[in-house]
Amino acid sequence: MKKILAKAYLWLVLVILYAPIVFIAVFSFTEAKSMGNWTGFSMNLYKNLFTGSMQNSAGLLSAVENTLLIALVASLVATLLGTVAAIGIFNMKGRKKQTMQFLLLFVFLHISQGYLTVILAHITFCTPYVVLNVLPKLSQMNPNVYEAALDLGATPFQALRKVLVPALRPGMISGFILSFTMSLDDFAVTFFTRGTIGLDTLSTFIYTDARKGGLTPELKPLMTIIFLVILAVLLVINVRSTKTSKVQ
Amino acid sequence: MEERIIDIQHVSKSFGDKNVLHDINLYVKKGEFITLLGPSGCGKTTLLRMIAGFLHPDEGLIVMDGNDITEVPPHLRQLNTVFQRYALFPHLDVYDNIAFGLKLKKTPEDEIDKRVRKVLKLVSMSDYEDRDVESLSGGQQQRIAIARAIVNQPQILLLDEPLAALDLKMRKDMQIELKEMHRKLGITFIYVTHDQEEALTLSDTIVVMNEGIIQQIGTPMDIYNEPVNSFVADFIGESNILNGRMLRDRRVEFIGHEFDCVDEGFGEDVPVDVVVRPEDIYFAKKDSEVQFKATVKSCVFKGVHYEMFVDTDSGNELMIQDYDPYPVGGEVGLYIDPDDIQVMRKERTENTFEGVMKAPDKVEFLGAEFECADTGLQAGDKVLVRVPFDGVDLLDSDDEATLSGNVFFILYKGNHYHLTIKTENGDKVWVDTDDIWDKNDFVGINILPKDIHIEKKDE
Repeated sequence: MKKILAKAYLWLVLVILYAPIVFIAVFSFTEAKSMGNWTGFSMNLYKNLFTGSMQNSAGLLSAVENTLLIALVASLVATLLGTVAAIGIFNMKGRKKQTMQFLLLFVFLHISQGYLTVILAHITFCTPYVVLNVLPKLSQMNPNVYEAALDLGATPFQALRKVLVPALRPGMISGFILSFTMSLDDFAVTFFTRGTIGLDTLSTFIYTDARKGGLTPELKPLMTIIFLVILAVLLVINVRSTKTSKVQ
Repeated sequence: MEERIIDIQHVSKSFGDKNVLHDINLYVKKGEFITLLGPSGCGKTTLLRMIAGFLHPDEGLIVMDGNDITEVPPHLRQLNTVFQRYALFPHLDVYDNIAFGLKLKKTPEDEIDKRVRKVLKLVSMSDYEDRDVESLSGGQQQRIAIARAIVNQPQILLLDEPLAALDLKMRKDMQIELKEMHRKLGITFIYVTHDQEEALTLSDTIVVMNEGIIQQIGTPMDIYNEPVNSFVADFIGESNILNGRMLRDRRVEFIGHEFDCVDEGFGEDVPVDVVVRPEDIYFAKKDSEVQFKATVKSCVFKGVHYEMFVDTDSGNELMIQDYDPYPVGGEVGLYIDPDDIQVMRKERTENTFEGVMKAPDKVEFLGAEFECADTGLQAGDKVLVRVPFDGVDLLDSDDEATLSGNVFFILYKGNHYHLTIKTENGDKVWVDTDDIWDKNDFVGINILPKDIHIEKKDE
């Protein structure tokens, strides 16, 4: 009985979580402006989205472009910066180590606002996620591995490239993915750092669009596509990781 | 003069307040198998890491082949290291692990191939080149680590407790293989271990270290048969360490009996430490051989020999190893050959501390204030304080104690224990006691006024 209740609860939570997404996906295949109004099956919204023939077309597409670009640049730089920072923090001792970790979390850069500030801000808030993903890999690593590379004739830089980075790669990749996701759906940081030049990411676009009254209907097919892409990526990753763990 | 490949001159190193190495002087001959031996924390690994270049000495020089390499970074040194936990590169397979150093040196592909195969054969791992290193057993990983180091044809191979992570049988096999490898390669091996048996088996020369100081350098035979102090005697092999008195040349008294010995030059009537190995005490077959009598207290079979503890007629306990068992409770006659008695000068016969008078009957030393007999000295006078070993009282807690410390080193002397206590300030106090303490036990220390002897120091 208890088991059935637990299962039912789980399914209830899942339904509540995913119902809105399913709802949006279903209504992306009709033409009605407002949600819940089924006017027959149509692919017109998708057509509009890809041909750009809609009211706010330029705004929406450039917002998508901005979002992806900012997320990519920010998470790449954050991965580099975070890995180097993690190695530095790991090799520091005691009290100094703690203050550095705090600094990283609270450092905030202020330069004139626009594209650059948004990217810098995203790098800043993404870097700690990379650091936190790389640090455990460092403590799992045999501390002598780096020294072994030096001992075999590698310069410190060669040792970093050929031994340290491969050992840290899993942590760097998960840090990158996490940064990318955090950057993708960030609203607050972008909103306060984008300035007044009219730079929009998807989240700020939706925010302004909603305030103007009514969401652009083409957002529905866009959300459906994003959802499907992410679902596909997750499935691939899961299948691959179960395969490798079976091999081991 | 033999060729010195490594010459370590006056090397000292501290980590923070802790003095890890203190004025080390050591040279290594070309082609030698030298072992740095000592308990954990004695500084042996620190010294090895300095030779490898991972640490720099605070003071002193490290010379290799006549060149000062003290400040040369590790990747430019002509030596390779085998690490304790192998430190293989987990993302590379066996072949690429071994080829790592050669590839960095831009060795031609076919040359790399030839040399990797050769060392794989040498460590008997020929069919493993494509294996993932993490799929190998500990012993196999260790072989690969050795192969990875020697493929670069270093002049010196440094080994940091390479066998510590292996099980006993594997360790024994690897010891023989290492010795064989050393013979085949003809290069210098510098080996670090805390396992005295391993050191005795493998080495041409053993360097016994304790607390950052070299205690003794010698061949395994020298170290075993003629330890220079009670630390070395206790650390290497089993031994009976006893208080004795050198009566005159070639005559020593201990456990209440006089013995002939072969040592000379100690002077007359001088307190000494005497070491007798348990296999060097013999059971007398004839009455005429008997030097002293004892009662067998216990007898345990140890595989090759029996290990017995006996109480002598003077109340000392001795450990004896013999091929034949003797009945527990029986009285036996024993003798020791003069050759087998190792006499050592005592490092100290009492505690001496620097102190300052606080009042005519109060003295401060070891960072605490003690009452003493009225000395007639004035407050502020600098004094030398002497306390006999048995004048120091040890307590279970520090409630009523003047100061506290931890048991640092224990030596059984046949009828009492000789302890080294490290106080909170890092000072050492030596204590004779009948009570049994364990290493690292927390103890309170008291010294009665009657046991404190004070001399005014000349300014």
